[in-house]
Order: sequence, then structure tokens, then C-alpha cells
Amino acid sequence: MHPIFSRRAWLAAYLATVAVGAILMAVLLRVAGRLAWLEAAELAGPLTLLYAFVCLAPWYLCRMLPLGTTHPLKIAVEHQGAAVLATGLWVAAAQLLGRIFAIDTGPAVIPYLTAVGLLLYCLSVALHYMLLAMQDSREAAIQARDAELRALKAQINPHFLFNSLNSIAALAVSDPPQAREMCIRLSDFLRRTLGLGEKESISWEEEIQLVRAYLDIESIRYGARLRVEMQVDGACVQCQVPPLLLQPLVENAVKHGIATMVDGGTIWVNSRLEEGALLVWVENGYDADAPTPRRPGLGLRNVRNRLETSFGSAARLTTQVSTQADHNVFRTEMILPCQTAH
Amino acid sequence: MPNGALKPSEKLRVAIVDDEPLARQLLREYLDADGRVEVAAECANGFEAVKAIAEHHPDLVFLDIQMPKLDGFEVLELIDPGVAVIFVTAYDQYAMRAFEARAVDYLLKPFGEERLWKALDRARERLAESQSVGAFPAARAELAAAARPPDQRLERVVVRDGSKVHIVPVGKLDYVEAQDDYVSLHSEKKHYLKQQTISALESQLDPRNFVRIHRSYIVRLDRIARIEPYSKDSRVVVLTDGTQLPVSRAGHARLKELLGEAG
Repeated sequence: MHPIFSRRAWLAAYLATVAVGAILMAVLLRVAGRLAWLEAAELAGPLTLLYAFVCLAPWYLCRMLPLGTTHPLKIAVEHQGAAVLATGLWVAAAQLLGRIFAIDTGPAVIPYLTAVGLLLYCLSVALHYMLLAMQDSREAAIQARDAELRALKAQINPHFLFNSLNSIAALAVSDPPQAREMCIRLSDFLRRTLGLGEKESISWEEEIQLVRAYLDIESIRYGARLRVEMQVDGACVQCQVPPLLLQPLVENAVKHGIATMVDGGTIWVNSRLEEGALLVWVENGYDADAPTPRRPGLGLRNVRNRLETSFGSAARLTTQVSTQADHNVFRTEMILPCQTAH
Repeated sequence: MPNGALKPSEKLRVAIVDDEPLARQLLREYLDADGRVEVAAECANGFEAVKAIAEHHPDLVFLDIQMPKLDGFEVLELIDPGVAVIFVTAYDQYAMRAFEARAVDYLLKPFGEERLWKALDRARERLAESQSVGAFPAARAELAAAARPPDQRLERVVVRDGSKVHIVPVGKLDYVEAQDDYVSLHSEKKHYLKQQTISALESQLDPRNFVRIHRSYIVRLDRIARIEPYSKDSRVVVLTDGTQLPVSRAGHARLKELLGEAG
């Protein structure tokens, strides 16, 4: 259904425009086509109304041929074909009306009708592309807001918090200095994440520090089961990126990887600059027999959505499963443009 | 030897199951303060838990839910129904399921001693009750199965064989045969016996992949090679490995519906 029918006000405005168009059409037929006023009105009324509906058709064609991703030649050919078809239909209707009202729609009228028909159709195509672009940007804005909200919610996983507090409770008696250490690390992590709510972007260094703080806490919880190998190339720490891109990936690696293995394993985190892009990968082993969580999980989807909103097709997140010697490896790879603050 | 025969003066024998060493340590510390409790076993994953519970026969198990190998509910399915279970987890969303599976209590981490004593009292009450009433009413597998959310299909079936645990992914499950109170699960030329009714298992399996072809048989659809007439009024299903299984009239109707008239 064409969006013009979704609101009465829009439809009324359109019909008012059509009415003005009908009057202009009648004037054109009177002056240029040298028809009598009555004849001009008899032709212009039905013809304009008919064309008003024909000009709504590009809505469907424009949606099928989106501007960015369709070849320009294809767009031109398809719309021109449609324009010729629409105009032909219109002229045929004019001739039919002419026959009914016994009006001469010969050489004096047809060229004008053809020109007006083609022009109006092209105008309609342009307007429809504008309408679609407006809709897209509104949707993107809504998506961006949703993604932000989800990001805010994702910041502190309550179970992570409760489990950490439980560890502190355990350490409080058995190892007070370690309990204190964990309180400090947890506070550090919370302070960093709480501060992220207002920020649109942070430096990659800040994200890495956040991830380190997170992994420090999980290391106390999981003990020897969690091992971390982190390699961050100095060249990429200045990149400005949306917050919480890496942390959810690492959290996944702990939750769906290390936590599923009896003896635990290693999480590899690697990031470097490559041709102006920030290249990040996270790798972890996992138990292939573990019941699969609904992959890709919420965390991955969230990161992917936010990359999409921020960078469009310039950023990418891919996952890959492979089997090494005796265990399975899950790899998440992320490429995004590295923008530096000026 | 089923337990539950607990006299008030006797020590409560417990097992602690949690994959986090610190969580086990904390619980142990709390429990050691109570002279009427003895920690019989500590386990760090689901496999160890099933094995230890089978060997040590504790009265009560403190069970974490998210663990390597088997989750808490899978462990629950595999242990002696006479063992009382208290779930200990940071997740509150499993509480309903836990109580439906007749868990004694559900402790949310972190918890204090007071809360733990209350849970222990409940466990003692439950154990005394089961002693006077007799055995627990139904097999744990049934309860755990019933507690599974209906939109969540089974991905794997867990089976205990002594103290050994087998995991049968449903993708490798060829067919299931009912044997009294047990089901026999056939997978990759092996078969495993599990204490569960065929109807309970049927309700957990994805109806798009599995079909009940007979009172005593469920078969995985993509294992069916063909359906052949057997006698004047009956048919058999021939599986890809040549196994023949009887098809009831109702089963044939279900098969026809799932496979289209071509079947």
C-alpha cells in the first residue's frame, strides 16, 4: 500500500494538488491544444485523475530499485520503460476520451500530452526516491536509538555482577587482600562502563582498558581456567570507536567458551591497524558438545547493529568456527574505520 | 541404596556442585560452621557431579546451573530421585523450572548464612517427609522434562550408565523405542537406556524432525528410507540403515501428513 493512503491529511493534500494540476491541464489544452474550454475541461478532469494514480506506481518500482545498490543503468532503463508505458497509457486514454466526447485529439494535443506525461512521471520518480530516503533516515535514527538503549542495558550484565560479589564474599574470609583487590577491580570496571552512557565514541585504548578490567575480574572468578593472551598494536590505540564493541565479544568468549570447558582455555585478543582500518579478532576454544546458545547471541547482534549504524558497509563483523588439533575454536573478527580525534 | 532415611540426630551428607572454586569454597565455609552437615563431595562440572552422587549417595546436593558438560537440570535428570536438591545460581530466571522439578530451594548468589540455614531446614523437612511417605512420586527425568519451557526444544538427551554419562545429540538420534518405564535411544548403531516415558520424551523433541509412528516408537524423519506394506492392514518403516519399525494406523496418518501424500 502506498504511504499516501496511510494518512488522510496526506491524501487530501495530494488530491488538492491534483485538482490544481487538472486546472493547469485544462489551461494548457485550451491555450496550446486550441480546444474549447468545455472540451479542455472534459479531457483534463478524467485524464489528470487517472494520471494522479499512475504517478503513485513508481513507489513500488523505486523500492525494488534502491539508489545505492542498483546499477544506475538498470535504474535508468527500468524507469524510462515505465515512463514510456505510463505515458502511452495516458495518451491512449486521452484518445479514448476524445472519441467519447467527440473532441479532436489529433496532432495539436498529443505532443503536449506526451511531454507532460513523461515529465510528470520523472518528477514522480524523483519525489518517491526522496520519500524513501526520508523513511530510511528515520528508520536508521530509530535503530540507532534502540541500539544505544540495548548497549546501555548490556553494559552491566547483572549475573556478572552477582557472581563477582559472590567471589568477594568468598574471599572476604579466606583471602582479604584479594577480596579488596577484587572490589577495586570491580569498581574500576563499573566506573568505566557507567561513564560510557553519554559518550558516542571512546578511544580504542579506553575500550582495551575496559576489557582488561573485565578480564581481571573474570580471572579471579575462574582461576586457572581462564588464560588471556592480549596483543594490541600501539598504532591503533588512538582510533575513536563507539564504546563497548570489544567487551561483549570477550564476554561471549568467557561465557560460551571458557565456561563450557572443564579445564578452561585461552582467550586471544588481537588488534592492529591495517590500511587505515582497525582490525580486531577474538579467539577462544569451546566445548563442541555444549548445547549451542542461540547463535549469534544478543551480544554479537548488538555489536553488529551498532557497527552498521555507525559505519554502514565500511565495518564488518564475522564469526568462524574451526577445529584445531583437539578442540574447537570460535573466532570473531571485526573491521572498522579508524577515525582519530583531531 | 536409596537415601532419605535421615534421623534428626544424623549428619546431613551434602555434595557441592559449582564450576567456580570460590563459590564452592564459600559454601563449604558456611556448611563447615554447621556441625550437623558433612560435605561428602565437591564437584566442578556436571559429569563429576553425576559420578560423585552415584558413588557417595549424599542426602542433599547444592547444584549450580551453568556448568561445563552438563547443566544443573541435566544433572538433576540423571541422579537418584531420593536426593534433595538446592539450586545455587546468580540467575533468577530458572526458579520456576527448578521448583517444578521439585528442587527443595533456590539460592541466589550471593546469599548469607541465615538464608542457607533456612534452605537446610527445608531440606531436612523434605528428607524426613520422603522417609515417612516413601519414595519420591515420579522419576526426576519426568519432572525435569515437564519443567522445560515448551518453546525450548531438546538439543541433546543425557543418559546415565552407572556413573558414566552419555550425551546423545538429537541430530544423531535415529529412533526411540519404549521399554516399560524406560526408553531405548538408538544412535549411531548404539543404544542407551533411560528412565523416562516415551510420551515425555516425545513432548520434548521437535515435532518437525521426529514423529511418533507407533505406541512404542518415535523415529527421526530424515532417517526414513521408505514405508512398506507389511500385512493386509499394516505397514513398516524402513530406515536408511535397514532397520524395520512397525507403524500404527495413527502413526501412518501422522507420517502421511508430515511427508505429504508421496510418503
